[in-house]
Amino acid sequence: MGMNAVEKILANHSEVDVVRPGDVVVVDVDVVVAFDYMRDDVLKIHDPDKLVLLHDHLVPAPTIAAANNAKKMREFVEKFGVKNYFPVGQHGISHVLVAQEGLAVPGEILANADSHTCSSGALNVLARGMGPSEMTFILCKGKTWYPVGPTTKVVLTGELNERVFPRDVIHYIAGQYGDFAGRNLEWHGDGLANIDMDGRLTMATISAELSVEFSLFPCDDVLKDYLKGRAKRDFEGVGPDDDAEYETTIEIDLSTLEPQVVLPGHVAHNSRDISEVIGRKVDQAFIGSCANGRLSDFKIAAEIVEGKKVADGTRFLVTPGSQEILKEAIKLGYVSTLMDAGATVTSSTCGACFGGHMGLLADGETAITASTRNFKGRMGSSEAEVFMGSPATVAASALAGVITDPRDA
Amino acid sequence: MDKTFSGRVWKFGDDIDTDLIIPGFALYIPKEDQMKACMSANRPGWSSLVEPGDVLLAGHNFGVGSGRWIGNTFQWLGIVGIIAESFNGLGMRNCINVGLPVLPCEGILDLFEEGQVVEADWGSGEVRNTTTGEAITGQAVPPVLQDIISSGGVEEMLVAEGFLGGKREFGVNA
Repeated sequence: MGMNAVEKILANHSEVDVVRPGDVVVVDVDVVVAFDYMRDDVLKIHDPDKLVLLHDHLVPAPTIAAANNAKKMREFVEKFGVKNYFPVGQHGISHVLVAQEGLAVPGEILANADSHTCSSGALNVLARGMGPSEMTFILCKGKTWYPVGPTTKVVLTGELNERVFPRDVIHYIAGQYGDFAGRNLEWHGDGLANIDMDGRLTMATISAELSVEFSLFPCDDVLKDYLKGRAKRDFEGVGPDDDAEYETTIEIDLSTLEPQVVLPGHVAHNSRDISEVIGRKVDQAFIGSCANGRLSDFKIAAEIVEGKKVADGTRFLVTPGSQEILKEAIKLGYVSTLMDAGATVTSSTCGACFGGHMGLLADGETAITASTRNFKGRMGSSEAEVFMGSPATVAASALAGVITDPRDA
Repeated sequence: MDKTFSGRVWKFGDDIDTDLIIPGFALYIPKEDQMKACMSANRPGWSSLVEPGDVLLAGHNFGVGSGRWIGNTFQWLGIVGIIAESFNGLGMRNCINVGLPVLPCEGILDLFEEGQVVEADWGSGEVRNTTTGEAITGQAVPPVLQDIISSGGVEEMLVAEGFLGGKREFGVNA
C-alpha cells in the first residue's frame, strides 16, 4: 500500500520510511516564517538561513507597542544575521510573500505561527499554522511534530462559470462537508488546470477555516510555470503513489457551482447560494488578506466598479497582499479605477481582516468581505456581522450597498 | 508521572473559535484584561466564575481559528484540562505545547451536566463523571507528546536546554 502526497512529504522529512494515519511524526522543518515580533531572550537558533522574517499584521506600526515589537524584530535580524528579511517598504502578508518570492518550494515543510500558513499548500509545500511557543521551539531546534490524519481526495472537474471563483469553490466545500478537523485535503482532477495560482492560494488559505491539518495541491505545470524565476532553490514536487490510500473522495464539477456566501459566525456548514442572501444591507465591503489581496482580485474588482460609484453609506476598502502587488495594481490602472469609484486602497497589511487596524467595524454594522474569517468580533465589534464572498461579490455589493450577485453587476 | 486531571466542568458548544477565546481587541492588552475578555462575546461574565482546578468541555472543532496562545489563557484562568468532541489541530497544539492536557472524546457533552465533576486520564483516554459514575473513553495524548505536557510545555524544555533565557509573557509584547 502506497502513501499519498501528504504522507510522503512527512516521511521524507522524518527518520521513518513510511507514515500512516494515526502516527505522530517528528520532522525537520525547511522554512521558518515569523512576523511582527521576535523575542529578545533567544540565546541560540537552529539555522538563520531557514528563517524568513517580515512585518504583516500591524504594519506600518499603528501603536507604540507594535513599533517596539517591530524594533525587536530588526534587532533579532541584526543579532542572528538573518538574510531573508522583508523590512517595511518591502512588506507583505507572510503567505503572500512566501509564494511571490518563491521562499518555499515544492516538497518542503514550512512552519509559521499564523493559522493561514496552509496557504503554501498551493505550492505543494506542507504547511500549517503553529502556535507562538512551538514556533520558538522550531526556531531553536529546527524540528516539530505532526499528527498524521486521514486524507480526503478532492477531485475537481470542469471549469468555473463566469464570475464564479475559486473562493466560491472552497466556500461550497465548507458548506457541503463542514470541517475536516484532524484531516488533510489533497487536490486532484482535470479541473485544477483551470485554476490559476492566485485561485489555488485562496483555496489553500481558506482551508484553515475547514480545520484541515494540511491542504496540498500538486506540483503540476501551473505551479511550475509560476515558480519560474521565483523559486529560491531547485525542487522536485511530491505526488501520491499510484496505490495511495484516501479516507474519502469528493468529486466536484466546477461548472455546476453558483457564487457562495458564508453567513456570519462560523464557516463549517454555513454557506449559501448567493440567491439566498442578496439584498442584505452592508456598511463595509472589504477585499484583502492572505486569501484575496492578490493582483487577480484587484483586476476583477476594478472590472466590476469601472465607471461606477460605491453606494452612499457603504465603505469599500481594498488592501493588497504585498507592496509588490500594490505597485503592479497601480501600474495596471486598477488602483485608480477603484479609487475613482470611491474605494479606499490601503498599504499592505493583515489589517482589517483580523480587526487589527485600518477599517474595524462598529456595533451593529454588517460587512461583506473577501478576507479570511467571519467569527463574532473578528473584524471589530462583537456586535457586528461579517458575511464572506468572492472579491467579485464584494465589489458588486459595494456598488449596490447590499449583497449582490456579481453576475448582475 | 500523574497523567490525570479532575475538576468541576463548564460546558461549551461547537466551533468555539480563537476570536471568542482571545478577541482581537484583547491581543495587545495586559494579561488580566485578556483573561476577562475570554468568552466575553458568547458568555459574558464567565471568566469571573471560573475557579482554579476547573475543566472545560466543548463540542466539535474546538479552537478553530488563529495561532493565538489559547492554552496560556486557559491556564491563567485556572483551567486544568480540556475535553472536546473534536479539536482543531492548531487549537490542540496551542494547549499541548504549553503543557495543558487535552482529550478528544466523542460523546463528552452528553455525559455531563454543567457543574458536575470529571476525572480524566490523558495517558489512557479514560473519562469518568464522578457525579453520576458514568465513564467513556476518548483519545489519549500520543506517547510522543506526553513528555511535552509532563515538562510543562516546550518553552520549559527550551529554557532547561539553554536555548531560551525565560518564558514569554503574552499580552505585554505579544
